[in-house]
Amino acid sequence: MPPIKRTKFKLTPAQLLDMFYWLKLIRGFDERLSILVRQGKVRSGVYTGIGQEAIVVGTCFGLRKDDYICPLHRDLGSFLMKGVEPRAMMAQMFGKATGLSKGRDSALHSGVSELGIFGNTSMLGANLPVAAGLALTYRMEQTDAVVVAYFGEGASNVGDFHEALNFAGVQRLPILFICENNQYAYSVPIEKSMAIDDVADRARGYGFDGVAINGNDVLAVYQATQGALTRARSGEGPTLIECKTYRWHGHSEHDKAFYRTDEELAMWKSRDPIPTFTTYLRTRTVLDGAKLKEIEARVAAVIDDAVDYAMNAPDPRVEDAVTDLYA
Amino acid sequence: MSKELSYLEAIREALVEEMRREPKVFVLGEDVGAYGGAFGVTQGLFEEFGEMRVIDTPISESLIVGASIGASLRGYRPVAEMQFADFISCGFDQIVNQAATLRYRYGGRASVPIVIRAPSGGNVGGGLYHSQNPEAWFIHRPGVKVVAPSTAWDAKGLLKAAIQDDNPVIYFEHKYLYRRAKGPVPEGDETVPLGVAAIRREGRDATVLTYAAMVTPSLEAADRLSKEGVEVEVIDLRTLLPYDKNAIFASVEKTNHVLIVHEDTRTLGVGAELSAVIMEERFESLDAPVMRVTYPDTHPPFSHVLEQACLPNADTITEALRKLAAY
Repeated sequence: MPPIKRTKFKLTPAQLLDMFYWLKLIRGFDERLSILVRQGKVRSGVYTGIGQEAIVVGTCFGLRKDDYICPLHRDLGSFLMKGVEPRAMMAQMFGKATGLSKGRDSALHSGVSELGIFGNTSMLGANLPVAAGLALTYRMEQTDAVVVAYFGEGASNVGDFHEALNFAGVQRLPILFICENNQYAYSVPIEKSMAIDDVADRARGYGFDGVAINGNDVLAVYQATQGALTRARSGEGPTLIECKTYRWHGHSEHDKAFYRTDEELAMWKSRDPIPTFTTYLRTRTVLDGAKLKEIEARVAAVIDDAVDYAMNAPDPRVEDAVTDLYA
Repeated sequence: MSKELSYLEAIREALVEEMRREPKVFVLGEDVGAYGGAFGVTQGLFEEFGEMRVIDTPISESLIVGASIGASLRGYRPVAEMQFADFISCGFDQIVNQAATLRYRYGGRASVPIVIRAPSGGNVGGGLYHSQNPEAWFIHRPGVKVVAPSTAWDAKGLLKAAIQDDNPVIYFEHKYLYRRAKGPVPEGDETVPLGVAAIRREGRDATVLTYAAMVTPSLEAADRLSKEGVEVEVIDLRTLLPYDKNAIFASVEKTNHVLIVHEDTRTLGVGAELSAVIMEERFESLDAPVMRVTYPDTHPPFSHVLEQACLPNADTITEALRKLAAY
């Protein structure tokens, strides 16, 4: 795979600002959920991706409606970027009747087929065989749509990961495997769960390219994704993109994450993807104080509205505990 | 009467007809392609439908099921083959967590129309890992359907119905019956509906509830009892989930005596559930305890002597029926 050229896929100022909006919205959404958990208003099922937003934004930005995403449990933002209303997403987290799963489960265990979103179970990596099946149908139809499938470095140790990548390699499927390497599988650091430095190396064992990039640089993620998408759309098969990153919060909001040092967390917080991108936009005069204020106000309004909606949304009907089991 | 097919040929004919009828039907599994399947079930399909609809997969059961789920979410109707039902445990998570819960967690907005064919059962000298009857694992899981045909007619009719059904269906095809069961098959659009049992022999004195390879020895035992003046009704369940409560209760009300016969092991097998539901809902109809003839709680041994000692047969069923009739 050739080195990533940061300028190959051009973005207009409007697109750059749009990207910035998504970064802010997704960060804000997760931060609000974190507060709601502490307030006892959302019971559980919150696995924030705070610190990792550049990956979702850089990969989902510019995806087509007919592309499919298979997110991991921290990728709430990908649901929003692919078209789920913030209200419905928040109602899902509250377990309300108007959430995606009608209160059957929270988090990202529900999907929306019309929007090209697959919702996985809690079994990490179990989305990857499903992603391969989705991509197989694109190959059958000879369309140029692509599946973008996400997993953590922890899930790259699961059998499903290897079965899916192997099949994708054999069948030359139009699929991007996006690894969000946030250094910890719950509490277990990467050096205790794999004997290699880069998950990207695993791709070569399945006959396609893997590349490790800075996952906190939204433009680097975007450029790498666009390159891989172009290849997948033209029938050149899968690519693995490993995005090195770090999750600021614990595994779930109930995890105090005492297994890591304050210094390590501080070091990664200094690589926060949002200020980095803000500086980039300001130096190119794409963003100024007024625009920043406007975006921040828009983000706050969307989140406030979603929370109000979800808090006032009806609970599921008791009888729906046993409906929708069969078509 | 029209043509007669073997049970195995009937399965193949169902696949061919459904693939001709509906372009969204495709098959995938190990050795199903040019080789035609370990038992020859898919012979000729590769030649007729090509490699995009008859897909040889790596030895990756989880991928086979997961990819089927993915394809089904885009409107396809995959028929996945587990080479032996014993291997279905390697795809267990995708079946019980991914497929079974999907409609529920999607709030009823999607379904998983897949069929998983699983050659099951003993009396073929297969030993521990080529003889199992794992149906009870799956009837414990809401969200899937489970069928187990005993005749060529049902093998074809139930498979066609399973492919047309919008839910995940696990189709246990009994290896002992592949070439031994022969008979007419439904023609054209005729199917055998899921969830409906068949009365194989009418009787007034006792009921045998059974399925798959245990139907024939049950009928033989019923013939013997008839000579002793006891008329036994033999019900072939055909679908194990959802099982046909109406047919079961109607027979219990008539005969007041129930014997359950299955090749699967005893503890928490299908018989345990049927016995419990009969006790709960038709206690007043019973003149005797519900009895069972099953495989002992052991693994299917390889030695012919050991295997024959474990399998229920006409003798053991006859003996149990005599005990039952004496009440």
